[in-house]
Formats: sequence, structure tokens, C-alpha cells
Amino acid sequence: MYPASFEYFAPTTLDEALEILERFGDEAKVLAGGQSLIPLLKLRVAAPSALVDINRIEGLGELGERDGQLRIGALVRHRTCERSDLLKERYGVLGATAPQVSDPIVRNLGTVCGSVAHADPQGDWGSALLAIGAEVIARGPSGERAIPIDELFNGPFMTALQPTEIVTGIRVADPGPRSSGAYVKLERRVGDFATAAVAVHVSLSNGSIGRAGIALTGVGPTNLKAREAEQALAGAEPTDEAIASAARLAADAAEPLDDNRGSAEYKRNVVRVFTERALRASIAAAREA
Amino acid sequence: MAVQEALVTRPVTVSVNGTERSAEVETRLLLVHFLRETLGLTGTHIGCDTTHCGACTVLLDGVPVKSCTVLAVQADGREITTVEGLTPAGGLHPIQEAFSAEHGLQCGFCTPGMMLTSVALLAENPDPTSEEIRWAISGNICRCTGYQNIVKAVQHAAATLKEAS
Repeated sequence: MYPASFEYFAPTTLDEALEILERFGDEAKVLAGGQSLIPLLKLRVAAPSALVDINRIEGLGELGERDGQLRIGALVRHRTCERSDLLKERYGVLGATAPQVSDPIVRNLGTVCGSVAHADPQGDWGSALLAIGAEVIARGPSGERAIPIDELFNGPFMTALQPTEIVTGIRVADPGPRSSGAYVKLERRVGDFATAAVAVHVSLSNGSIGRAGIALTGVGPTNLKAREAEQALAGAEPTDEAIASAARLAADAAEPLDDNRGSAEYKRNVVRVFTERALRASIAAAREA
Repeated sequence: MAVQEALVTRPVTVSVNGTERSAEVETRLLLVHFLRETLGLTGTHIGCDTTHCGACTVLLDGVPVKSCTVLAVQADGREITTVEGLTPAGGLHPIQEAFSAEHGLQCGFCTPGMMLTSVALLAENPDPTSEEIRWAISGNICRCTGYQNIVKAVQHAAATLKEAS
């Protein structure tokens, strides 16, 4: 399979990249890891006239904490997240998600920011970031702006990003002590998209749940935030009843469709069961954190 | 009526198995086609062509990638290792010897990709458990062996490499 023809640019500065994007408007696509974009080009689902490869731009590879925030640069690969002790220890849901994205070889090239910008409703990072809370940093012709992750996804493969903008990174506020998370995913085999998956972040406060973040993968037109379940848990004692009731609310928030991965009813039930499991795992880990 | 596409080309220079190779390529040319057709290195196989099977795995600056999902122009100035590059001047690379000794293949289609992924694994983790091996090769699909002998081959190569070091 061959992509349709395109002009290829490999700028070495962000300003240069932004200029090219301005010139081509929505006829250009940004190429980072390429693990979603190149398959689309080959299938000719996408046929942009220009590709702007950002891999040769310095300064986009940061994964670390600065000023009380985690920063994930535009060129940080899934692989790097998978090997990060910082994510495992302090940003549990992100550390748990990284090794479950696609397969190990795809993870060597694919990027977190690219995955989020691609906005596949079956993408894993969207849910993880919705659960923990994040901002997507976009640079455009008129400067930089921070988009709260829960305002990013407009629909399948559609985001609040402008065609002239580049995602330069993601920021996550330090969740503080007694926090952890989990990502529980059902896939038919390694590398398949999720049949359904649940991302959970929990911050404990004096033994109660201070903040709970819950988001769902593969059961809606975008990654979905299970707001009612989150609200029901905020300030609650982490009892069996509270967990079971939140899991039911999360299942209610799902909008699954019947497809070859399973029936809508099945997926909704998976969401309920996985929300319970993810909450229990997160609460147990947060107590140790 | 078919629309004539404008041919967009670009020069690339890639170090392939230690040798610099230059060519003027179409921007849309995939790395796997560059290796197989432009350079004639047909050890890299095309399996699914959809980023699933890993038959086209090569090392890009030492890291396994699916060469059907990388553009040749992206490899400009970088280092590629294909299965041809594993083989020393005389004999076989320890991973090749191990796949042969343990019968880690039947049809052989996935083998070049399996071996390159294994070489990268062993560089990072010289003594992997069988569980770690199975996860490491989970992006490489084999339809013949049931993976048993592939795992044995990787363990065999690990032992050989440890002895040699």
C-alpha cells in the first residue's frame, strides 16, 4: 500500500514548522511517531498535501517534573513512558497505561501527544489523562495556549486543535501524596484496540477519597469522563458499597455500540466490572504511596 | 479517469548495515520498500502491511520499528539494521544460530523480524525470563510455531551471548 503523494518537510525549529502549517492550512498533517498517521495515509483515509515531520525539532522530548507539574513533550514515545519510574511511582494511571498501548514495537515510535491529537475514541492515553487531569499545550501562529483535556475531544478523530496548531506537550499537576491509579483494559490480543478499558486516578485524603478521576475507552464517540461516578466518590469513604455504586454510574456513562469486539450490553458490563477493579487497585496503591 | 499525481522526491542518505546508501526517493516511499526494492535487501519481509504483524521489523538507531510504518525520508541520516546486517563475515550471529539450533521457525516468514526484536531485547535485558521474552515479541506474529521454540531460541542466544561476554 502506498500513500498518496505529499510534500515532506522536516523543519528543525517550531517556528519553521508553524510557518509550513500556516501555508498549507488543513492540507497539512503533523508527523510525530507516525504510528496512527502512516496507516491512515496508506489506506488513503487521509491524503494531506504536506507532512510536517517534527522529529528533528529540539526540545520536544522532555519527560519529567518542573514547577510542580509533569511535562510530557511532543516527542516522548510510549516506550519512554513505559520505562519511567517517575510515572510508575507518582502518576500511577499513566504508568499503568503506557505498557498497554498497542504492541512493543509500535510503542517504540508512537508518541503520547500524537495519540491524543489523533483522538481515536479507542486511544488509551485520552482516558488516562482525563482520569488524572491534564492540559494539552498547543502552539499556533498567535502563540501558546493550554487546552484542558476535558475540552479537547469533540468527536471521533476530532479535537479543539486548529490545523495551524502543533501540540508541543502535555502538563499534569502533581497529584500529591496518597495518590495512585490504574488502567484496566480488555483487548482480544496484544496490539488490538480496547474492547473496553477504564482509567482511574484516586487521591486519598485522611483515608477518604479526596478526588477520583474515572474515564472510559472504546465505549463512546470519544474517551469519556464518567463525571457522575467521580462526583459520587469525591469525599466518600472507600467502602465496597461506594465502589460498587460508582462502578454502576460509570457503566451508565458508557455509550457502547455492538461490533465485532462485543455487544453493547457486554461492553457496558465490562466497564462496570473494570471500574470496580481499577478503583480497588488504585485505592490500595494510594494507601501505600 | 485517473488523476496523475505529482511525483515528489527527496534525496536520502541512510546507513544500512554499516554502509552509507543514498538515493532520490519519493516522499511517500515506505522504508520497507526502500530496503527491499531500492537497495535489494529482501531479508526484510512484508507481512500484513498494516502495522500488526512485525514481519518488516528492522532496527532504527538500534530500536525495533515496523518498516511498513516508517517513511524512507524519515530515516535520512539515521542507522538501519536489517537481518542481512546481523550476519557476520563468517558464520551466523548467535541469534541466527539459536533459531536454527532450537528450530525457532517453520515457514520462516516472521523470522527476520523476530530476530531483530530479540537482538534489541537482549541488548537491553541480557537475561530475560520467558515471560519477558513473550511480551517483548508480542508485536511480532508467528503463525507456525506457537512461539515455544522461538522463546527457547531467544533463551539459547541469551546464554551464548552471556558466555561470550
